Amino acid sequence: MNNQEIKPQSEFSSRVIDDAKEKIISVQNLTKKFGDFAAVDAISFDVYKGEIFGFLGANGAGKTTAMKMLIGISIPTAGEAQVAGFDVLTNAEMVKKNIGYMSQKFSLYDDLTVKENIVFFGGIYGLSRAEIKIKTAALVKELQIEAIINNLVGSLPLGWKQKLSFSVALLHEPKIVFLDEPTGGVDPITRRQFWEMIYTQAYKGTTIFVTTHYMDEAEYCDRVSIMVAGKIEALDTPKNLKKQFNVETMNDVFLKLARNIE
Amino acid sequence: MKRFIGFIKKEFYHIFRDKRSLFILFGMPIAQILLFGFAITNEINNVDIAVLDHSKDFETQKIINKLKSSPYFSIENQLDSEKEIESEFKKGKVKAVLIFEPNFSQNLVNKKAATIQTVTDATEPNVANTIANYTSAVVQNYQSQKNSSSGSPASVEVQSRMFYNPELKSVFNFVPGVMTVILMLVSAMMTSISITREKELGTMEILLVSPLKPFQVIIGKVFPYVFLSIINAVVILLLGYFVFKMPINGSLFLLLFESILFIISALSLGILISTISDSQQTAMMLSLMGLMLPVIILSGFIFPINSMPVPMQVISNIIPAKWFIIIVKAIMLKGVGIQYIWKETLVLIGMTLFFIALSIKKYKIRLE
Repeated sequence: MNNQEIKPQSEFSSRVIDDAKEKIISVQNLTKKFGDFAAVDAISFDVYKGEIFGFLGANGAGKTTAMKMLIGISIPTAGEAQVAGFDVLTNAEMVKKNIGYMSQKFSLYDDLTVKENIVFFGGIYGLSRAEIKIKTAALVKELQIEAIINNLVGSLPLGWKQKLSFSVALLHEPKIVFLDEPTGGVDPITRRQFWEMIYTQAYKGTTIFVTTHYMDEAEYCDRVSIMVAGKIEALDTPKNLKKQFNVETMNDVFLKLARNIE
Repeated sequence: MKRFIGFIKKEFYHIFRDKRSLFILFGMPIAQILLFGFAITNEINNVDIAVLDHSKDFETQKIINKLKSSPYFSIENQLDSEKEIESEFKKGKVKAVLIFEPNFSQNLVNKKAATIQTVTDATEPNVANTIANYTSAVVQNYQSQKNSSSGSPASVEVQSRMFYNPELKSVFNFVPGVMTVILMLVSAMMTSISITREKELGTMEILLVSPLKPFQVIIGKVFPYVFLSIINAVVILLLGYFVFKMPINGSLFLLLFESILFIISALSLGILISTISDSQQTAMMLSLMGLMLPVIILSGFIFPINSMPVPMQVISNIIPAKWFIIIVKAIMLKGVGIQYIWKETLVLIGMTLFFIALSIKKYKIRLE
């Protein structure tokens, strides 16, 4: 659709990692079972510093469960994972300090103003009052939200909430930011603007781990993994994946994969 | 600490910006205490009764005057025959009719016995019962006065004295009861709703991903309600003291301590409820059905525990409110110190610890 309008993906491929190749997320045989059912079935992969890593899969494929284990709110049944250099099982506290998280619900408090939300979330990440002040000023300038800084978040349109909660997730300058279907329910233009924000952040060196089921968005990622029924069935750059499956779009890659499994 | 203050501040924003929770927090306690205190009462005042006097003599007139002068009754009219009784009841104003037998005075002197029949409109059984009791009390009072003045017939008389609540004011029962209900409601329901709201909106997830520890999140959520509940307890006590003249004979300090203990037990119940419900509505229903009903029915607030069937009496023991009501009444009315209520206090402490332990355990499970 509009992926041509976005900065071509190749431009970023060169930005990525190739010299450093420093692992920032490392996952080995990570498994989560609910009873007999393995929602996540022994997945292994690495994510490199500074890359935009797309974590794809249909609804129910297990991507949210896998992500929850990586951000320390779900305990793995088996396997290991290191995030930002810390083990998620034994050192979840340090993991949490080094990551940002934005859920699919753009979870800011509707009954707090923009400013109060920033102050609150800055506060729970241990930012000092002075730091919060500087951050707020920078955000106001960057997002041009001078006029709405004292409005309740509930009164803002969805696109604004999304941008704000992304910015709030970045307040404490995390090494990695996890985005769980960040563009659900917003219009294509806002989605595009949002991906521009993601690129800007990636340029600054932040690693982006993003789940989505919009296949056009997969094209914007440096590398994507595709989960089907709890397993990672493919993992490569969008370009290589399309070549490997001999198709034109990521959507077709996904369809081929899903059909093969069935 | 700074994080904690920020968290509390945010929690107060939630409370003060939500008209519904403000109303439940501050409107309801006051409305309930006034309602229970003034409207819902077992006492009768100025009830309209009628008299059917077949003898119309000196004695009956004296008894009628006695009834007239009491604050409980006003004599609406004099009837002439039994037939009129039902039509009076059907009109609805007159609630009871007193029938004096013919030759009342003569019978009293000659047979040493005369009868007054009370016919009451029992469509409202409680009121009817109370009226019957009150009329016989008035008559007996007259009789005993008469006996003591004339001194002739030696009759045995039972004199009862009501300790701690000589006028049997029902408000003395309702103030501790309402306080218990309100504290339970505010503490348990409001906390469980406010925690499940975060779950519902997805903000709980964000909080759990943050460096805040789960117990910090819970304490942050619960603390404002401890504070507000204490204010509520004080407001209710002030209303009881100044508006309804309910005495506080015991130590105010002890009373507040026991109240805080009860508040904490209710809060931990609220946390427990929030761990097993996913939506605010579930939390609300669970609080109402699981907590409010037992508190109202089984705590002894409205229905005396002694007159319940034995299984219900046994069940009532696991209701923290039961113990709290016993404690509050003992402190306020009997003015006792901790040496008389340490057992109840221990039970309450035990329950509180149990609920806290259980909710912590449940909360961890929820984090998987």
